[in-house]
Amino acid sequence: MTDKNQSNDEQTPALSTEDQSTADLRAADVSLDTAGGMLEPSIVPVSSQSGASGPQQNSLMRRIVMGNGFVSVLAVIVALFLGGLLIASTDAQVAKTAGYLFARPTDFLSALWSAMTESYVALFQGSVFSAREGFKPLLETMTVATPLICAGLGVALAFRAGLFNIGAQGQIIISATLAAYVGFAWHLPFGLHLLVVIIMGVLGGALWGAIVGILKARTGAHEVIVTIMLNYVALFLLDFLLNTAAFRRPGDNSPISPRIDESATYPILIPGSRLHVGFLVAIALTFGVWWLLNRSTIGFEFRAVGANPVAARTAGVKVSRATILVMAMAGALAAFGGVAQVSGTEKVLTGGVAAQIGFDAITVALLGRSKPWGTFFAGLLFGAFRAGAVQMQIQTGTPIDIVLVVQSLIVLFIAAPPLIRSIFRLEPKKKNKTPKAAPKAALVNASGGAK
Amino acid sequence: MKKPLRATLKRGSMAGVATLGAAALLLTSCGQAPDAGSGTATKSDFVGCIVSDSGGFDDQSFNQSSFEGLKKAETDLGITVKSAESKANSDFETNLNGMVSAGCNLTVTVGFLLGDATKAAAAANADKHFAIIDYSYETPITNVKPIVYDTAQAAYLAGYAAAATSKTGKVGTFGGIKIPTVTIFMDGFYDGVQAYNKAKNKTVQVVGWDKNTQDGSFTGDFEKQDTGKQVTINLLDQGADIIMPVAGPVGKGAGAALKEAKAAGKDVKLIWVDSDGYLTAPEYKDLMLTSVVKQMGEAVEAVVKDDTEGKFNNQAYVGTLENDGVAIAPFHDLDSAVTAETKSELDALKADIVSGKLVVESAASPKK
Repeated sequence: MTDKNQSNDEQTPALSTEDQSTADLRAADVSLDTAGGMLEPSIVPVSSQSGASGPQQNSLMRRIVMGNGFVSVLAVIVALFLGGLLIASTDAQVAKTAGYLFARPTDFLSALWSAMTESYVALFQGSVFSAREGFKPLLETMTVATPLICAGLGVALAFRAGLFNIGAQGQIIISATLAAYVGFAWHLPFGLHLLVVIIMGVLGGALWGAIVGILKARTGAHEVIVTIMLNYVALFLLDFLLNTAAFRRPGDNSPISPRIDESATYPILIPGSRLHVGFLVAIALTFGVWWLLNRSTIGFEFRAVGANPVAARTAGVKVSRATILVMAMAGALAAFGGVAQVSGTEKVLTGGVAAQIGFDAITVALLGRSKPWGTFFAGLLFGAFRAGAVQMQIQTGTPIDIVLVVQSLIVLFIAAPPLIRSIFRLEPKKKNKTPKAAPKAALVNASGGAK
Repeated sequence: MKKPLRATLKRGSMAGVATLGAAALLLTSCGQAPDAGSGTATKSDFVGCIVSDSGGFDDQSFNQSSFEGLKKAETDLGITVKSAESKANSDFETNLNGMVSAGCNLTVTVGFLLGDATKAAAAANADKHFAIIDYSYETPITNVKPIVYDTAQAAYLAGYAAAATSKTGKVGTFGGIKIPTVTIFMDGFYDGVQAYNKAKNKTVQVVGWDKNTQDGSFTGDFEKQDTGKQVTINLLDQGADIIMPVAGPVGKGAGAALKEAKAAGKDVKLIWVDSDGYLTAPEYKDLMLTSVVKQMGEAVEAVVKDDTEGKFNNQAYVGTLENDGVAIAPFHDLDSAVTAETKSELDALKADIVSGKLVVESAASPKK
């Protein structure tokens, strides 16, 4: 609750009445009808479509951002429990013992228990601590989390300015492509090389983000469509480039680039692990975004635009400039994720260099309630799942997809706090904080944005 | 808002639990408990492991075939099998390290993307054995056995058969992604058609691939069957009547398009790849002229068997027509569509390729 935006909200009396939500509905409708043809960018009420964290809006975003942190923890627990049931249901031993449940129920119950616990113990051993390797798995978690945190920060920053940035994937791909090319094609001295790799990668990502901002600000094009399309452009551009001689290994026809020079890689922080300096960069970026949002004028402008672009313009904020700037910054942040992939872990460029990081980043930003440190820890959590899943798969044979199911369940429960509250019989503390019509309005707004 | 939700949840969950429980009890739970001390079969202490690329073990292509080969070794040789699917390229290294620390004697990795990771793991663990599918190194590594296929040889025969069977004088092919393991099929197919033209003084054309420019039709992935269907329709519109999709499960899209064309009265045929499509894609068996088969499971099992007997070596296994690593499947239902003359010519071509008299070349051929 250190956040200004939130403390503002606390002081705001509950003026969200039925009238307010109908006004929101109307605004959402108007924006849907006109967004495509609008030439005056600031009139496009993006926040109502994208679900921004504006204090006066009962949008889905607001509910996610303003929700109780405790609910997140409960959501994780419920998701882990349901995931455990799923693991048990796919377990051969459980299925076998269920066949004679009546004859010897203890077999079934012990099989159920061991299937659930063994998988999670393996998950823990693969992500935090194991007797054999000490805290080495935790280092792996941090490694996997690094690109997720960077890209998550990019998504979160755009969220705070009222923009749904689905384009982290494309921004990562472009930055990874540039960073890798500089990494293997240019041969520069130690130190300088890594710096150039980072600069080129980040410039690429920032440019890719800025395209979205410019299109949005100048033509009113919806950022969701533009970012999704730019993801495709980036992906197929990479596929194309990997089939050109410039990007392929000499003497090899496979679409895989040469390894980048040793001087272009992030130094390893702790020998014996994969943890690289990129993780420190991620921490610095988290702090930087926090400072930007909470201590700087630009960050204040971003949040003002996110809360209400019309009011922000009236108050003298240059909305189109803020839109372009925030998208460029979001792209640059995601680009650090791309550089972390290329210079930190993969060291080569392939078609799958970005994996699903750009899309996971959206989830990470949501889970972190679009706050810098929240995103940081959400990224660590997802990194732990990914790192632990490897161990879980090898030790217990649990399919890796189960981990994805658990991740998705967590987000599902976090997006629906009333569900969690009703499962755990939690009453909302202040009744006037959640007005009656809120869920309905949120629903309409959310679906409006998705149309 | 809260109360109805909770009530609904409660009612819903009660009903759900009751129904589920009842169904489960009725259906499954009345069996006899086994004796407590039922012994297990004698097992070899050999641990064989496999790491997939991001396609996963259900890709209906090389990940799946290799995994099935290892599973077969599990039942036949009594070894323990561990498997790890990679969801992203950054998983390769961790999966391989996990396998090594899980005590794997032999780890099979699938695909060129794992080339670097396998090399690194092999260097760090000189006492462990590795095998990599569809990739080989310029300089062999002492503890890595590459398993590669000269698929062009079998595709050559399929191309010849297609050219001899085509009614329109045009045959088509398309790929999933433009990678060597895909284009090698298309190169062989193209050359087979040219061989027929040369022998018979005909002008059968190949649409969808040109060996000289190394360019043609691709769907862009190994997943979207509708794209495969669309590409097939395009090839049919260009006049082709026999199609060879080299795109794993996307081939089913081609099958669907050909089925529709056949229903509309066109005489069209399908050439499957990787496995005998007559058996693995039986819904299209009436269209199946032949298949270009890559015996991946068998090769994996053979390498495991050798290793359990202490006969592991790093010599590349190259699947050829000679060692039956690649082959064309029988014509099955369409046997009558292929003339006896063509069949004997195919046998002669196969003999020539095996003897080395005829060399089928492709830019994507495995390095010897």
